[in-house]
Amino acid sequence: MALPVYASPLERLWHYTYLVICALILLFLIAPIIIVIPLSFNAEPYFTFTEKMLHFDPSGYSMRWYDKLVTFGMQNPEAERGAAFWWDFWHNATWMQVTKNSIIIGVCATLLSAGLGTVAALGLTRPEMPFRKQITAVLISPMIVPIIISATGMFFFYSGQWLPIISLSGGVHMEWGRLAGTYAGIILAHAALGIPFVIITVTATLSGFDQSLVRAAASLGANPRTAFFRVVMPLILPGVVSGGLFAFVTSFDEVVAVLFIANHDQQTIPRQMWNGIREQISPAILAVATILVVISIALLATVELLRRRSERLRGLSPR
Amino acid sequence: MKKLLILTTALVATGYAASAQELNIVSWGGSYTVSQVEAYHKPFTEMTGVKINSIDADNPATPLKAQVEAGNVSIDLADIELSDAIRLCDEGLLEPIDPAILPPAPDGTPATEDFVPGAIQDCAVANIVWGTVVAYDKTKFPGNEPSTLADFFDTTKYPGKRGLLKTAKRTMEMALVADGVAPDQVYEVLGTDEGVARAFKKLDSIKKDIVWWEAGAQPPQLLADGEVVMTTGYNGRFFAAEVGEGKPFGTIWDGEYMDYDLWAIPKGAPHLEDAKKFLAFSTDTQRLADQAKYIAYGPARKSSNALIGLYKDGKTEMAPYMPTNPENMKNPIWTDPTFWADHDAELAEKFNAWLAS
Amino acid sequence: MTDATSQMITTADGKPLKAALAASLAVRRRRAFLLVAPLFLFILISFIVPIGQMLFQSFYNDTFSKNAPALVEWFSTHPEGSEIDESAYAALAADLAQMKKDRTAGEAGTRINYDVSGTRSLFTSTARGADKFKPPFKEAILQVEKKWDNPNVWRAMRSASSPFTLDFYLAANDLTRDESGKIVPVAEGQAIYKKLMGRTLMLSLEITALCLLLGFPIAFLLSSLPMRKAMLLMILVLLPFWTSLLVRTTAWMVLLQSQGVVNDLLVWLGLVRDDHRIQMMYNETGTIVAMTHILLPFTILPLYSVMKTIPPSYVRAARSLGATSWTAFRRVYLPQTLPGIGAGGLLVFILAMGYYITPALVGGADGQMISNMIAMHMQKTLNWSLAAALAAELLAIVLIFFWIYDKLVGIDKMKLG
Repeated sequence: MALPVYASPLERLWHYTYLVICALILLFLIAPIIIVIPLSFNAEPYFTFTEKMLHFDPSGYSMRWYDKLVTFGMQNPEAERGAAFWWDFWHNATWMQVTKNSIIIGVCATLLSAGLGTVAALGLTRPEMPFRKQITAVLISPMIVPIIISATGMFFFYSGQWLPIISLSGGVHMEWGRLAGTYAGIILAHAALGIPFVIITVTATLSGFDQSLVRAAASLGANPRTAFFRVVMPLILPGVVSGGLFAFVTSFDEVVAVLFIANHDQQTIPRQMWNGIREQISPAILAVATILVVISIALLATVELLRRRSERLRGLSPR
Repeated sequence: MKKLLILTTALVATGYAASAQELNIVSWGGSYTVSQVEAYHKPFTEMTGVKINSIDADNPATPLKAQVEAGNVSIDLADIELSDAIRLCDEGLLEPIDPAILPPAPDGTPATEDFVPGAIQDCAVANIVWGTVVAYDKTKFPGNEPSTLADFFDTTKYPGKRGLLKTAKRTMEMALVADGVAPDQVYEVLGTDEGVARAFKKLDSIKKDIVWWEAGAQPPQLLADGEVVMTTGYNGRFFAAEVGEGKPFGTIWDGEYMDYDLWAIPKGAPHLEDAKKFLAFSTDTQRLADQAKYIAYGPARKSSNALIGLYKDGKTEMAPYMPTNPENMKNPIWTDPTFWADHDAELAEKFNAWLAS
Repeated sequence: MTDATSQMITTADGKPLKAALAASLAVRRRRAFLLVAPLFLFILISFIVPIGQMLFQSFYNDTFSKNAPALVEWFSTHPEGSEIDESAYAALAADLAQMKKDRTAGEAGTRINYDVSGTRSLFTSTARGADKFKPPFKEAILQVEKKWDNPNVWRAMRSASSPFTLDFYLAANDLTRDESGKIVPVAEGQAIYKKLMGRTLMLSLEITALCLLLGFPIAFLLSSLPMRKAMLLMILVLLPFWTSLLVRTTAWMVLLQSQGVVNDLLVWLGLVRDDHRIQMMYNETGTIVAMTHILLPFTILPLYSVMKTIPPSYVRAARSLGATSWTAFRRVYLPQTLPGIGAGGLLVFILAMGYYITPALVGGADGQMISNMIAMHMQKTLNWSLAAALAAELLAIVLIFFWIYDKLVGIDKMKLG
């Protein structure tokens, strides 16, 4: 923002003060996230910069906390780093197990919420949709309702024994099971929490969608199916993917529902972090944090690219 | 929807299939859990092939109660305090335990006589005797180290932040003893409204300096990080930090708060038989003595005392660090389990109201 | 009118056009609805029903009534004000004996204990010898526990003899009943929930104000920069948005603790003495700072999208008509950003009201919010009915603001990133 030529000295002064204020606020936003990165390489078990770190002495830095992440929970952490070590790591290391869980739960919940959410968004954006506002309000509610309320509600509901399951142990027979303490329970919970994000992003994409394209396709002889998959889908796909990414991040970052309905088998990365922060907050937590920051940078880049692609496809590209 | 149901079913079924031949044991986390893993879990897995999942909780009695009441039990065994063992047993939430399953001492003394008094309850069996004590950072008080509970509450003589457990139990008794109540009269005093007010008044005197902790692993951490200069905590944790990690901690044994930790099995535990087997195994003479090799808690069997050797570093004598050492037990507060079984809810409520005011 | 209908336009196959259009509209409506139906059902079953079931517990609690059938029977045949006579004690003795057998004295006593503190032990201790009571029961029971002739205990049992109760809503508002059943405030030292609710509202308000204050200049800067530069700066806003909540909370713990980076910096700058480091964590300050950071992007994004649409020519026109830059900003620009301020502010306020993780980790004792109290009653004291009553109140407040948000902004205008 350039300063107009007619600005008075006082206005100039204010203008530069304003820029400094903005810089400080941006620093406030970004500094906490950046600061954990160098601190995770601290050679000492402290959360602050040691003398050596400030003087860029290499001995002030180390990978020991990352090493601890790898070995934590392993049966033979001291073993030589060969095939057996990595086998042990894959099967026993705590952070490996929680990562697997986070990915399984995140991916399943995302597929579920993105699938159902996209179909619903298609219906919601049709002009003839009845009760649109009320239904949208219900679908958005998981984002608005305080998470502690959602999680406790799910805790009681999923603890109930009402789920018909086919048990394979001791001959095939049916029994009643419960969702609490199962992967399915967490996946359903996370899918519900992720749905508002899918609805919001996909309806936003669809509202910019030119319906005449469908009519054009139809007039050129495409049946509704072809029109959907060849015309609509490619155009809204970026919206669906970024909605899905939002849903994935929601699940990947969710800890309260996991606290209430998961048991030890389904611990996730944030759940393990919660443990770590409350119990012994060592720089190992910062190593996890650093990895997560890198992942979020990657996700942000993906969403940004998708958005640009979507705008280009729809002819809205900036200038 | 049909596909979803099939998917759900498949996931639930695999969830169930994976739970064979294992035990889910809830304990207090940190160095205490480590000592149990080394002394009990590993040898048990080696002997029986049963995989043990070790789960941490601030107080294992709370998830246990929540699970049984919600009708969704995944815990097989929990390490709980005496008052909780009595209360939960009263409420029918625990499996009764027949003392006959407990092995006798090596010299043939039956288990019922070998355990210290009160260690065998209807639904629980003790493994350790432990103390809640005050530890301080020696470097903060050179030449003038605190030595009594009263010193903990004296912020003029010993300035700095204090760490305190965020529950009524233990915190209120320690406040009263610091205020001059004799340890054997604490529950008489705490049973009256004036006694409760007196405890809060004592706590008020340092309220602005208190950093509250909830999990047993927090106090040594708070002390090591310099967040507090003195804190209450479990003596074995301070031992692990002081001897195991070489932290400059000192311990105030005056007014140490004595309690048992007991194994209990929730009603409806998924692996009841293995849980009982584990309970008997882990409370035999050798296992209890082994645990003392990793953490400074007293074994609940008399016969174990003779077998306690050196700390795992191979040179530290355990005796000076034991809560049961007569040298340390000069002014102990013995927990009154029936008092807490009856008053826990009421005092917890008052405590929370006081915290928020 | 009749004239018009008689000359109705018909479609090729002879149907009246109006009906045909209506039929086709109905078909399209049904189709649209069918697309939404699976998700709607899913949310209904996996989200709305569980919450409803949980809230049901706030006014339904049968832990006393199901364990004390004889007393329930006695209360139903003896109206309020009846004398507590031998027949009442006989019913009590019968129930206590059964409770001893079923080990339910603790459960039933806990329910009465919620109402009259200290009565849980009354049940457990009396039940221990309940199988040996002989008539006259009144004397036998009073001999064991004198407290049974407290009319307040009987009042509480009468109230609990119906599983439907409003007691937990009273408790959630720091109210209780006295011996005559009149609603009175609880003793001064025990009042906690109203204060906590007030603090939750206050903290949310402060955080919202801070977010708007810090978000406004940034949104303004972003909207006035050329697209490419704005996009670059936007990344600085979006990165925190995409970073895990726990990571950001951890980061603040690292920064704010007394041996942490901020205090170190202040000591190094000589602003603070080494032995007087500022306590910024485990108190209200910690909660406010961390939550403001976490929620700030939620104000910047809506503000930015509103500011982007404000043509700069209005301000220029105001300036050319002689307004100072401050007046032009205040009278012309600011009013146009109000929709963004409303949207961002309301959203942050709604989200802040329900925060749990951050206050639990950095809040200490005085930075706790109502969610933390709900969690405590869920996980520690296990007073689930009270937790549900508190949850119902919190939910009601949040839904009111959600409704306001819908009226002012429109939920279909909600945007992310």
